[in-house]
Amino acid sequence: MKRVAKFAVWTALALTGAWGIATIAMQRGEPINATWFVIAAGCTYLVAYRFYSAFVAARVLSLDSTRATPAERLDDGRDFVPTHKWVLLGHHFAAIAGPGPLVGPTLAAQFGYLPGTLWLIAGAVLGGCVQDFVILFFSIRRDGKSLGQMAREEVSRRGGFIAQIAVLAIMVILLAVIGLVVVNALRSSPWATFTLAMTVPIAMLMGVYLRVWRPGRVLEASALGVVLVMLAVVTGQWVADVPQWARLFTLSGPALAVAIIIYGFAASALPVWLLLAPRDYLSAFIKVAAILALAGGILIVRPAVQMPAFTRFVDGNGPVFAGKIFPFCFITIACGAVSGFHALISSGTTPKMIMCEGHARLVGYGAMLMESFVGVMAMVAACALTPGVYFAINSPAAIIGATPEAAAATISSWGYVLDPQMMRQLAQMVGEQTLLNRAGGAPSLALGMAQIFSSTIGGTRLLGIWYHFAIMFEALFILTVLDAGTRVGRFMVQDLGGRFWKPLGHKSSYTSILLASALIVAAWGHFLYQGVVDPLGGINSLWPLFGIANQLLATVALVVATTILLKMGRLRWIWVTLVPMAWLVIITMTASYQKIFDPNPRIGFLAYANVLTAQLAAGKIPADRIAETSRLIFNQRLDAAVTAVLVLMILVLLVEACWQWYTILSRRSAPALHESPYVHTRWTDASTAGTVPTIGETPTGGGA
Amino acid sequence: MLAVSSKVRRGFAGLWWWLRQLSGDAAYESYLRSARAGRSSHRSGNRRNNCRGNDGTAILSRQEFYLDSLRRKYSGVNRCC
Repeated sequence: MKRVAKFAVWTALALTGAWGIATIAMQRGEPINATWFVIAAGCTYLVAYRFYSAFVAARVLSLDSTRATPAERLDDGRDFVPTHKWVLLGHHFAAIAGPGPLVGPTLAAQFGYLPGTLWLIAGAVLGGCVQDFVILFFSIRRDGKSLGQMAREEVSRRGGFIAQIAVLAIMVILLAVIGLVVVNALRSSPWATFTLAMTVPIAMLMGVYLRVWRPGRVLEASALGVVLVMLAVVTGQWVADVPQWARLFTLSGPALAVAIIIYGFAASALPVWLLLAPRDYLSAFIKVAAILALAGGILIVRPAVQMPAFTRFVDGNGPVFAGKIFPFCFITIACGAVSGFHALISSGTTPKMIMCEGHARLVGYGAMLMESFVGVMAMVAACALTPGVYFAINSPAAIIGATPEAAAATISSWGYVLDPQMMRQLAQMVGEQTLLNRAGGAPSLALGMAQIFSSTIGGTRLLGIWYHFAIMFEALFILTVLDAGTRVGRFMVQDLGGRFWKPLGHKSSYTSILLASALIVAAWGHFLYQGVVDPLGGINSLWPLFGIANQLLATVALVVATTILLKMGRLRWIWVTLVPMAWLVIITMTASYQKIFDPNPRIGFLAYANVLTAQLAAGKIPADRIAETSRLIFNQRLDAAVTAVLVLMILVLLVEACWQWYTILSRRSAPALHESPYVHTRWTDASTAGTVPTIGETPTGGGA
Repeated sequence: MLAVSSKVRRGFAGLWWWLRQLSGDAAYESYLRSARAGRSSHRSGNRRNNCRGNDGTAILSRQEFYLDSLRRKYSGVNRCC
């Protein structure tokens, strides 16, 4: 009887999910309610978790809960710490959920709501979740080794080096592009700039509290920080209304870029307890609260999605970024569907904290499903705006013009209604001078969130407060990624540079710290500054480059996973990682080729450089813009070179992996796995493994 | 009624426990338990009050542990995009 009831429940869920997907896929001509997105995504995730992840866990990986994990065997209370599965799920989710699943779907909304939503759901279920889960499992079986170490041991020595270089490259591009998102969100906005500036002294105060007054009392310090940040959001309105204060906090794009570069250097070089760590705590709490509030808001308000299922920009001439739906939709949304960066977290701290192999399914697969859901909510928030407003905010001035009238004329010619007076009113209501030309996704997402929040609490009176709360939330945790990433980049520069010049490798030497920090900040700062002064908005070049780098890293992770599965003798189930890997290879190679060689200057880096060179040679560039144009030409060629180098490295890894697979399948070499030896768990017997310790308890050794 | 209030109390206690674990607020207590169980293999130069775990290793003070955990946490990739 119980079996019948279960069968009925799961069948009902599957049918409801299919109905939800069919509804959002078939709807044409009129707005669709956001509830359908929640139903389609939620039911698909539940069914995928219940059946597909269980299949991967049992058949493909054969998780063994009688096997002691590194957290149990090597428990030192610091790196290796057995952690309850729900706590670890929270840790892992907080680590993987950055600005990517918010910004990517917002940008991809230019194709319409449907392509991005379907990719978010299908990509996560069949690709991203599988990647996170299998890499986590393989790392657990190897005492928490990193992706680079596993690539070196299981694929080839070159594989490890390629992974290390790919991580450094992706880090540089990531930091530049998220810096650009912040610049475009804060440009000419005294309210938002003041609020974000205040988070620096607030974080420092928290740092002193945690270091000196109440060491390690994270919750107390975070509560203090959250109250002060909310106060800063509210007082920001007053600052924006007082002309002399407003002038002080009204910064141009280049000035903001320089400020962020200086901030990144300071955060990397200052002691971690003073700025980086407290900002991270503050950001984590506000991030979780804002995401929960957005989910609650969407469920309560059930906004109508105004964007059509497909826009005319599937043809590749989109104003937000250029490129056809294939492959650009799939690289624009990386985090939220498949993100290679997650493999670094899954082979970082998480495998050292997992108590039982059986928990890898919940933590690895489950956390990625949650991130995908965040991506779907971001898509809903962005698509809840009318298409005219969405394109007015996200398109650069070079395409739609810099005044509401010009923007309205251009956008109306595309078939989307935009009233210039309404754009002015909207800007006034949220306390901004203008909302035009804010490419990067953050302002349109903030406006979508603010509309949802204000429909729940406060009405239009609080629209400005909610908008600036959302901007602060996005910018705060983007800057957290930026400062933590700069610090990790500094360590990588010290590691790599130390091979060529020993003094650079001395991690405690202050000269080495300053030099390595300057090098990494100069690298991403260069891309950031060029993005800010690029008349096409920078996002058009940088976001696809970031997407390509991120998906290439996912390819590395899935190549490693496929190789290990083959060595484990799971040839029959190899499609589980091979199919998403092949898909990623197809989309990254196509996108890379187009980004380098496409004759359309808005897509191809080299074509854009050639157009600018021709204009320069023909004397069409005004004298005061010659230096800037020359830098732009150099930067386009640099972008092309970076893309080509990344692609070549991945191709080398693929060839090596294919050779390795051939030698295993043809029995030319015996497969050598590098797993740690089996040790039986001390905590419980196999039948109850995965259920101990319970909430409120912490394992202390010996155990049951 | 009593059973409901007891369940609610237990629910809040579980939530509070989860929050403390997740935020790192309870990390020092977990470390102390682990160190006293004699499993900590770390040896530190900054010893306090000659406190030692069962295996003879020095137990860090709350402040030392906090700074040490930050150093470890922020020397590797710990945040995604």
